[in-house]
Amino acid sequence: MTSGAYTQLLDLACGVLLLCAVVVLWQRELAVLVRVLAVQGAALAAIAAVLGVHERRWGLLVVAAGVGVLRAGVLPYLLRRALGARTGGAADPPPPAAYRSPYREDVSEARETRPVVNVAASLVTAALLTLLAYAAARPLVALHPTPATRALPVGLAVVLVGFFVLVARRRAIAQVVGFLTLDNGITATAFLAASGVPPIVELGVSFDVLLAVLVLHVLTTRMRAAFGGTDLDDLRELSDR
Amino acid sequence: MSGVGYVAVGAQVVVVVGGAPVLGGWMRQVRARLEGRAGAGVGQPWRDVRKLLRKEAVTPVGTGPAFRLAPLLLVATTAVVAALMPLASTRTPVSGSADLILVVALLALGTVALALAGLDTGTAFGGMGASREMTIAALVEPTILLAVFAVSIPVGSTNLAAIIAGTIHHPARPASPAGLLAVAALAVAVLAEAGRIPVDNPATHLELTMVHEAMVLEYAGPDLALVELGSQMRLAVLLGLLGSLAAPWGTATGGSLPLLGLALVLLVVKTALLGTLLAAAEVFWAKVRLFKVPELLAGSFLLALLAVVASYFLTGEAVR
Repeated sequence: MTSGAYTQLLDLACGVLLLCAVVVLWQRELAVLVRVLAVQGAALAAIAAVLGVHERRWGLLVVAAGVGVLRAGVLPYLLRRALGARTGGAADPPPPAAYRSPYREDVSEARETRPVVNVAASLVTAALLTLLAYAAARPLVALHPTPATRALPVGLAVVLVGFFVLVARRRAIAQVVGFLTLDNGITATAFLAASGVPPIVELGVSFDVLLAVLVLHVLTTRMRAAFGGTDLDDLRELSDR
Repeated sequence: MSGVGYVAVGAQVVVVVGGAPVLGGWMRQVRARLEGRAGAGVGQPWRDVRKLLRKEAVTPVGTGPAFRLAPLLLVATTAVVAALMPLASTRTPVSGSADLILVVALLALGTVALALAGLDTGTAFGGMGASREMTIAALVEPTILLAVFAVSIPVGSTNLAAIIAGTIHHPARPASPAGLLAVAALAVAVLAEAGRIPVDNPATHLELTMVHEAMVLEYAGPDLALVELGSQMRLAVLLGLLGSLAAPWGTATGGSLPLLGLALVLLVVKTALLGTLLAAAEVFWAKVRLFKVPELLAGSFLLALLAVVASYFLTGEAVR
């Protein structure tokens, strides 16, 4: 691969990664969030694959394939099931059905109706977080400026935006999406800064994330069975009693 | 060379003034056909202008110079923008002053003139429309300026002619993340600035939703003709700007007449294509609530900011 094409592809993948993090903040529709998360996972796998091909480290390609399957396939599938669980159906994306049958279904469950921070303010915050990531990563980039390390602020910005989604959203699914965005950001930072961690560590982290999502899935289902909703603010009220 | 340059400037103004109503008619026609109506024909806006120009000029009682000057100012600023912008050729006698910030400022001047006219009438609708238009304009300006900075960073100049000539020499530039994000942000800003459907519905006279139409409600006769011509010219100029920043190929960089002719034809084709896309998209979109407009514009502002940031930390072109 020529160096020009390598830089272009890496930049494109990083751009998609950051854009997906921003769209997670922009959209209220939970089904859309899950789809965006799948795209972000694919972009993350693309970063690993591009780095692997460029540096001729074939182990990294295996890691890229694993990351792609997990983050663009399995995790979004699990989240979609968590979304679909309440309609009684399996993996169908629920919102259209929810809109068509407002009497059987609590429509507000399909959307982030009243986030803690409203959407316009969260977008401006995302802008500030991106600038913060750029400022914070400058000394790191100056150490060894290659195309990969120059894109390091993208990883940090995705981490910060993921944190912000965790803080600013109420629905359990939206928070899981925020958690996964955060994790995608951490993995992207690892790939960009050090061309990835050893495969065994990557494997461990991936299983950890998978387990976390599975536990959260079960937890969400239980919450919904107990309270009929996944608004996490209700849990705070519960603990006061 | 300079003779051809003057011809280019003249041709740009003539094409924009003459073609803007045709573009408006074409977009209405596309929309009508997609909705299953026959449509009024491509020439309808020109027929409207002719009808309105034949009428007697009437101004409401109590209005002052702001009301009378606004249509002239709107058309004049847009015509100056059409002359300044390198729509057909990058080498014109005025291309040295074709600064993007100046272009944005001239367009904003037209907006402000119309808003003042809306306030000058003293009616409820005029004031409401002016206040809404200013709210949107205040949110759109930073987006446009940031998108402009993003496209100007690789060139190192905010001169439009330099940007477009630079893009023609480096064809990969618009495909970079920064270029794509900037064009996406600019597209949303153009929709808001031209008052098209997700932000404002140009075909409505419903009190609760209209923005531009509320401001110009009191105009009649030749003044109304100028206002309509002015807003159509704005749309044409903005689409032309978007087209030449996203796909500048075909814009004449040399000074020969046949090339200029080809560039003009390509300009018309590009603008018509963008207009068709916009008209087709408008069939499927709904106007967003006024209180959700800031959300949309904050999103496009963020895209523009990401474009600026991306041109710094991806590629590293600006770091060098």
